[in-house]
Amino acid sequence: MEVGQLQRSFVEYMASLFREGFLDAQFSQLQQLQDDSNPDFVVEVVSLFFEDSERLLNDLTMALDQPNVEFKQVDAHVHQLKGSSSSVGAQRVKNCCVPFRICCEEQNTEACLRCLQQIKQEYLLVKNKLQTLFELEQQIVASGGAIPMVQ
Amino acid sequence: MNIGSGSLVGVPSSTSSWKSGDVVSDQFPVGLRVLVVDDDPTCLRILEKMLRNCHYEVTKCNRAEIALSLLRENKNGFDIVISDVHMPDMDGFKLLEHIGLEMDLPVIMMSADDSKDVVMRGVTHGAYDYLIKPVRIEALKNIWQHVVRKKKHDWKDNNFDQSGSMEEGDRQQKLSEDVDYSSSANEGNWKNSKKRKEEEDEADERDDTSTLKKPRVVWSVELHQQFVQAVHQLGIDKAVPKKILELMNVPGLTRENVASHLQKYRLYLRRLSGVSQHQNELNNSFMGRPDATFGAISSLNGLDLQAIAAAGQIPAQSLATLQAAALGRSATKSAISMPLGDQRNLFSFENSKLRFPEGQQQLNNSNKQIDLLHGIPTNMEPKQLASLHHPSQSFVGMNMQVNSTTQHNNSLLMRMSQPQPRAQMLNGANNGSQVSRLPLSMQQSLSSEGIPGAVLAQSGIVDNVRGTVYNPVSQASSMVDFSVDQRQELQSYNFSLGSNSSGMSTLTNRRMLHEEVNSDMKGSRGFPSNYDIFNELHQPKSQNWGLQNVGSTFDSSHHPSIQGTQGVSSQLLLQQGISSTHNSGQNRNDPSGKPMYSNGEESGHSNPMGGPQLNSVGRNMLAVKAERFPDADYQSTFFPEQFGQDDLMSTFLKQQGSVGPVETEFGFDGYTLDNLPV
Repeated sequence: MEVGQLQRSFVEYMASLFREGFLDAQFSQLQQLQDDSNPDFVVEVVSLFFEDSERLLNDLTMALDQPNVEFKQVDAHVHQLKGSSSSVGAQRVKNCCVPFRICCEEQNTEACLRCLQQIKQEYLLVKNKLQTLFELEQQIVASGGAIPMVQ
Repeated sequence: MNIGSGSLVGVPSSTSSWKSGDVVSDQFPVGLRVLVVDDDPTCLRILEKMLRNCHYEVTKCNRAEIALSLLRENKNGFDIVISDVHMPDMDGFKLLEHIGLEMDLPVIMMSADDSKDVVMRGVTHGAYDYLIKPVRIEALKNIWQHVVRKKKHDWKDNNFDQSGSMEEGDRQQKLSEDVDYSSSANEGNWKNSKKRKEEEDEADERDDTSTLKKPRVVWSVELHQQFVQAVHQLGIDKAVPKKILELMNVPGLTRENVASHLQKYRLYLRRLSGVSQHQNELNNSFMGRPDATFGAISSLNGLDLQAIAAAGQIPAQSLATLQAAALGRSATKSAISMPLGDQRNLFSFENSKLRFPEGQQQLNNSNKQIDLLHGIPTNMEPKQLASLHHPSQSFVGMNMQVNSTTQHNNSLLMRMSQPQPRAQMLNGANNGSQVSRLPLSMQQSLSSEGIPGAVLAQSGIVDNVRGTVYNPVSQASSMVDFSVDQRQELQSYNFSLGSNSSGMSTLTNRRMLHEEVNSDMKGSRGFPSNYDIFNELHQPKSQNWGLQNVGSTFDSSHHPSIQGTQGVSSQLLLQQGISSTHNSGQNRNDPSGKPMYSNGEESGHSNPMGGPQLNSVGRNMLAVKAERFPDADYQSTFFPEQFGQDDLMSTFLKQQGSVGPVETEFGFDGYTLDNLPV
């Protein structure tokens, strides 16, 4: 695919992610932070987010799997997930955290499990989307093109 | 904060996003040194990048403990701290308190949690701002305002007691010299803008400029001793910064520095007097809490109480009450009214160091703080002690000195342990500072304790001699315990607790303090060793020194442990804050020397935080003391209990050895057992 086409696909894809609520303005902030001194900043941060989130989701799964669920602990994990997802702009993931915390307060294991399920889904979705986006970027760069700024 | 009314003259905006008109110089706050703490790696990385984009110097760390050690190691290495609220190893608010007490830096909290109560906690803990995640770069761009604002407040506080107004010239000069955030090129602008500000608003500008980059004065033991001597000479009530400055005759010292130090000292004295009552009890309990509490105590100034309370030890409200009570004056004034940050400031001469037992250094530092507080002569050099001979004043001085020199204190304590001299000293000392001039060694210990001793004398609680003697030691602890043991008649102890700025004179029973103190003291507990003495001393008048405060938990057998535990050279107990080794028993035990020992140390290091050791130690100390004091025969009780001066000394010395700095300071020769009149 020629560069121009790649770039257009990239721009469109990015726009759709925003439109569909996968990403929010915070992601744009990350993009703005990227500069020549940190050319891979966005990828770096998003990778950190992936690692962290997967760890948290595992912890959440284990915590909710206990016979006596420690809701404080669960809440702490969710809180952290909320923080990191909001920092990268993973809006839908962040939005799942709010009801999740309420379920923790109510100490409702069933509801929490449902929330967990949902958040996992959202996470996988956004992960997939972002990875696609990065691949597009790589292709553009490989073709000698510049990454268009989407804003 | 609006530094310049209009846009800067010819100031090229380094970053377009800078709010125009608010930047004094085009360069400032470029180069602002920020420490950001967050356990979330994603956020941490983003923040780091954002802050770099703001042209700040960023250091990131993902654990609160690491952050604290970074801050402690580089006392003046950072301008502002940004911390997350929820962290696994330490609560963000706790970190906030620690930083406030030890380093007196502005701290900004942040969290994804925007619920009102959490934000309110930030406010009560003294956070300078609260950011909601996700943090936007615009929010970070303006954090420099907190640095400037704080400096401005500090400046004002420092000069609060000043009789005269600051010399503009000084300020200006200081400003131009100090301000150099990013490059010298800015200085010109800075000055210009400053001048402009002056025209517009002299007062404000002065604050801004002068406080913007004032070099921090390190209140070394010697300096503090000089200060205390000057204060004594003038009379605590008549001591005004200007005169103190003249008496001290230290080149490079400004009235500002003296004023702020004086303020802290007063709080310390006040605390001491108020704390003594409860010291014993408090100390004990306090000591139990090595961390935060101790740290909190260090700055015991009324303000610290706040911190302590914040630490959770005392409910904020009670803290306020305590502070008020402790201070013996309108709580507003010093303690509670002051924002935590300010409070910290009061006694942070180098207290931050003291607080954490991290090492001798710390001890010293903390001792300084504590010293002030309890007057435990942690670091007092033998000579200093000698000079302390004069009554009350000297005592106070001693205490102060002691505190500042945690290390010395230890040595002092050792000395102090000499019961005999103490008795003499004690008697002599009184005056508010009952510092019974114990022989040098004694004095030293007294210093921290001295106050308590002195106080004791006054309040009659202590047998005086004993009280004083012990006080030093316990004082240190008491300082810590200040909040805690207030109840006890420790008043004298209160001194050590540091909260008594009023020091000895206030020893008069700050009962009210004691309550507060007790709670506050939590922090001071760290001091255990020193404070113990205090506490013991303060024990209700009815009691002989013997044991008033001492939770009598200490058992002399502990002594040895204390020292060891202390780890910090502070040898002592004081480590309370530092080391949870509650050897306090030990420290205390040595009324003869150990407690003092520890106290000295403690006071020196007053690491409230470091506390655990101290706390325990302090407690022990107290306990020990209490035991010891039972009879009026101070000396007899004092010394016999002592592990044997020799033992103490050796232990002490050993510790000293580790401490290193302490030795140098005191030149250990002073401590040699020879001196101790056993």
